Amino acid sequence: MPEAVSLVLALLVLAGTLAAAVVHSRWPVEALVAAGGAALLVAVGTLSVADARHALGDLGPTVGFLAALLVLAEGCRREGLFDAMGGLMAAGARGSPRRLLALVFAVAATVTAVLSLDATVVLLTPIVFATAARLRTSPRPHVYACSHLANSASLLLPVSNLTNLLAFHASGLSFMRFAGLMALPTAAAVAVEWMVLTRFFAVDLQRPRRARTGDTERPELPRFALAVVALTLAGFGLSSVLGIAPVWVAVAGAAAITAPALARRTTTARTLALAAEPSFLVFVLGLGVIVRAASDHGLADAARALLPSGVALPELLAVAAVSAILANLVNNLPATLILVPVAAPSGAAAVLAVLVGVNIGPNLTYVGSLATLLWRRVLHVEDHEVELGEFVRLGALTVPAGLILATVLLWFSAQGLT
Amino acid sequence: MRALVWIVEDTWEATVAEAAAFLPADAEVTLLHVAPGDVETLAEGSRHGLLGRRRPPPLGPPASLRVISDEAAEALLDEARERFGREAGTERRRGRVEREVVAAAEGMDILVLARDGDHSRLGPHSLGPPARFVVDHAPCRVLLVWADTPPAVETIPPPPEHPPKHPPPN
Repeated sequence: MPEAVSLVLALLVLAGTLAAAVVHSRWPVEALVAAGGAALLVAVGTLSVADARHALGDLGPTVGFLAALLVLAEGCRREGLFDAMGGLMAAGARGSPRRLLALVFAVAATVTAVLSLDATVVLLTPIVFATAARLRTSPRPHVYACSHLANSASLLLPVSNLTNLLAFHASGLSFMRFAGLMALPTAAAVAVEWMVLTRFFAVDLQRPRRARTGDTERPELPRFALAVVALTLAGFGLSSVLGIAPVWVAVAGAAAITAPALARRTTTARTLALAAEPSFLVFVLGLGVIVRAASDHGLADAARALLPSGVALPELLAVAAVSAILANLVNNLPATLILVPVAAPSGAAAVLAVLVGVNIGPNLTYVGSLATLLWRRVLHVEDHEVELGEFVRLGALTVPAGLILATVLLWFSAQGLT
Repeated sequence: MRALVWIVEDTWEATVAEAAAFLPADAEVTLLHVAPGDVETLAEGSRHGLLGRRRPPPLGPPASLRVISDEAAEALLDEARERFGREAGTERRRGRVEREVVAAAEGMDILVLARDGDHSRLGPHSLGPPARFVVDHAPCRVLLVWADTPPAVETIPPPPEHPPKHPPPN
């Protein structure tokens, strides 16, 4: 098959797979399309069986890692960790919307970094919404904070974002080194969010209100869940010292938080299997094979032409910008799969710059990419459309500043890197 | 007299107190709350950025935002009615807040609402965009109340030394 035909075919399958994910059906259509598309590319010889197996082998541990993290987060929810955090935020706010926002920042950044952005988006955001409602204050700034921090704070650890997991192996860094290099960039990205959101919502945050009493009862934090999370984190940190792959630490954490619940029969094997999002895992594997086929037949060359090589500051800034743009056009998952292998030869700093771009970039759109956004608007999926002006303005205020600051600090942190 | 009292988080207590003080005893009062539908959309929309990872967790899912929002509005209106201390109906709406308030004010004789703007800089911004819109478009009288204490007269800045020049009348 001519090279051009192979590329077109692979790109068509990729587009179809992303479209299936964007359409967002109730059924796991995207998993079927991704798996079918990958199989098709192998069947017609666009990708050899050996290459496909290789791609799956690369992704396997990452997908297992993700499954373990999803089960761990679900375990934390089951143990009441998120409800307890809602109670703590309500009590700590002492009736002040601004203090509540500060607590939401602290909690959302921590949950994102430790339990991944999925946990913030799916598990924490409803709790924050309910907490604002309980305090009888406008939920708007707090919901925006969750939505933005799920992306901005997801730079810190390899486990904070699936994009990081996908790039972690290619970066060649240990868990601690990754965290060390990303600490300042994450702090900068979160600081930018705080500066912008507190100003943007200044009026919502200081509406004159009468001090309220009550609601100050501090809930007990579930110690068991906290201990498991803390030990898992410690295990991640020590993994390179002990010579264990971090994925096993995540598996141990997931097992530790699940075993007692299984024994007590407060959860079932079926529930657990669903918590691991099997259809999504299939989708990621299929997407990885499809992107591999497209990359092998010219997509990687195209990306190489766009992405500057080198790890000096101007190159890193360009890498972050290109990554952010691609993440907004499609979604940060395919963007990561396409860009990381291209950036990897330039070194760890370049890989991390890709992550800065694909993680902070999606804040320009609240649904993850322009494609998703436009499609949803075309279909009028939502009863109540978010005012485009508001979140685009907020994205425009936070994303470029966050990208630049985070990349500069990444460059600074990576100075010692050889 | 038919009166509509717009209940907003943060400022509702003052609004209810002023409405109780100033609305005639025989007024037919409705307490209105409007949920900003776009905030719920925003919060749920973030999930779509996760591509396939979308199902609510299987066991005891966190209630959908719509449910949380409805319950919170219901509780707020109940508490407001109790605080109002008189007979009053309640109405819940969802959507673009300012537009829904204006629509709900149709056929009313008076609308009571609180300022929602910046109290530290008195001027046009003491009304935020929603209240500004409602005041401009309300199809009835408006009773606009301070959510905290009204400012003292001395807070008015001195008049400019030279009055602004106006074009001469034709």
